[in-house]
Amino acid sequence: MTSLPRDPGPKKLGLVIDLDTCVGCHACAVSCKEWNTGGVAAPLTDLDPYGADPVGVWFNRVHAYEAGDGMGGRTVHFPRSCLHCDEPACVSVCPTGASYKREEDGIVLVDEDLCIGCKLCSWACPYGAREYDRDAGVMKKCTLCIDRIYNENLPEPERVPACVTACPTSARHFGDLGDPDSPISRLVAERGGRDLMPELGYRPVNKYLPPRPTRGGTDPAEGGADPLRPEPESDGGRFLRWLDATLSR
Amino acid sequence: MQPAYSVIFFPSASGMGYGLLILLGVLAPAEMIPDNRAFGLVSLGFALGAVTFGLVSSMWHLGHPERVLLAYTQWRSSWLSREGVLATVTYAPAGLFAIGWIGFGEVVGFWGVCGLAAAVLAGFTVYSTGMIYASLRPIPAWCNRWVVPVYLSLALFTGALWLNAIRLLFGHPAADASLVVVATLLLSVSLKWAYWRYLDGARAGSTPETATGLGSIGKVRLLDPPRTQTTYVTQEMGYRVARRHAAKLRRYASVLLFALPFVLTLATVATHSWIAAGAAVAAALSGSVGVVIERWLFFAEAKHVVTLYHGA
Repeated sequence: MTSLPRDPGPKKLGLVIDLDTCVGCHACAVSCKEWNTGGVAAPLTDLDPYGADPVGVWFNRVHAYEAGDGMGGRTVHFPRSCLHCDEPACVSVCPTGASYKREEDGIVLVDEDLCIGCKLCSWACPYGAREYDRDAGVMKKCTLCIDRIYNENLPEPERVPACVTACPTSARHFGDLGDPDSPISRLVAERGGRDLMPELGYRPVNKYLPPRPTRGGTDPAEGGADPLRPEPESDGGRFLRWLDATLSR
Repeated sequence: MQPAYSVIFFPSASGMGYGLLILLGVLAPAEMIPDNRAFGLVSLGFALGAVTFGLVSSMWHLGHPERVLLAYTQWRSSWLSREGVLATVTYAPAGLFAIGWIGFGEVVGFWGVCGLAAAVLAGFTVYSTGMIYASLRPIPAWCNRWVVPVYLSLALFTGALWLNAIRLLFGHPAADASLVVVATLLLSVSLKWAYWRYLDGARAGSTPETATGLGSIGKVRLLDPPRTQTTYVTQEMGYRVARRHAAKLRRYASVLLFALPFVLTLATVATHSWIAAGAAVAAALSGSVGVVIERWLFFAEAKHVVTLYHGA
């Protein structure tokens, strides 16, 4: 049934991504690919994998952006995956009932046995979360590692999405965003977590934590010191440098 | 958006088929067109043939066409499913109308009601085709109030071109049919022009800043894409060829879809017999090629907001 749940439960599982600590190592993307190519949506087909023009299905992709200019500018690494929206148009456009949003935890999934591969859901997604598997003829997407988070064969600490366990800087957080008192909801409140493209009204569940502000006064235009330019030497600099070097030993 | 051949031919062919079906279903019971059985066979056969060709071609791009019956199940939420249901249901009254007209030479009474029902359902089918596009919020060039009226008027106009051509081939005097062509042509030109004007003036609601949530830092630009080659998303949504040539393609579409058929249709009124028939067929062919270019442009000009993540 591609109508959205009429009576969605309070639970909204999702991810919170900290753009301040993400270093753009792509470990989450690779780990996602590794787990899911053996998981419920397996395989995540690669076409021409060792050739000149490989193309394949990934559920998570890491962009890098520059935001702002000059000393106030930042390089921001930006992992992008399904946001498990509260208003997922990808689900309501599906003509067959293959796409659905789970009532019990809000996860958006594709039933590959019902998918006719019309691709309309991928047109309806503003976030590019759905990727068509040309080999299988069906649409695939992030499952929030549904085969990990409820998997009783895994030790308790590993029952989180693969991307979250893989992140070396703990930039990815998993939890219940429907509960305002859950640790990740508190994190979102504390850090001013944001929705992507809120103007489209999809009400994404996943949130992005913006980079923390840079330390003030570093912009030379605003009179701060420029760390790229060494400070001019003063008289007696050689002695002070010797002293500095000796004391630093 | 990548203009797949199947999604170009489907609305072009089925649009003109449904447009012709609407005109036949309304004009025949109103006794405004001849109820000649051979004429019914050719015109209804052409309409239903074009519709069927369009529907079949729309299945070319499916990954699993054998599961297509599942697409009838989600009409509560999906315009694509509603279109499928309506397209199929339309065959029932259209088939009865054809039996009455071609089999018994009857286009009034019960058979006329079937014709009217087919016309109404055909109209709703084209409406839901338009709504498939008009309901996609990530594609501002489609999600606006002009898209559905353009779909409906172009269906009627291209249908009218073929109605005129078939009537003249049967040697029916056709000043009133030419009037239908000119009226629907003027309606289509105005709506398409308004659509293009809207498109050129539209301001982007979504930007790289809203897409990343980084606008508070400053202007956002892509430094590194997440992959070395293309992906399904960049291939499907990141089509740029036509946007570079949009002005030129709009001129070609306008000439073939509107200007030539207009001149040729005027020529059918001024001349008689075979010259008029030839001009009407030429007008219909020109309009058919024009509507394919128009539909191609409709896709190729449309920019999906996901391209904002990829440096567009």
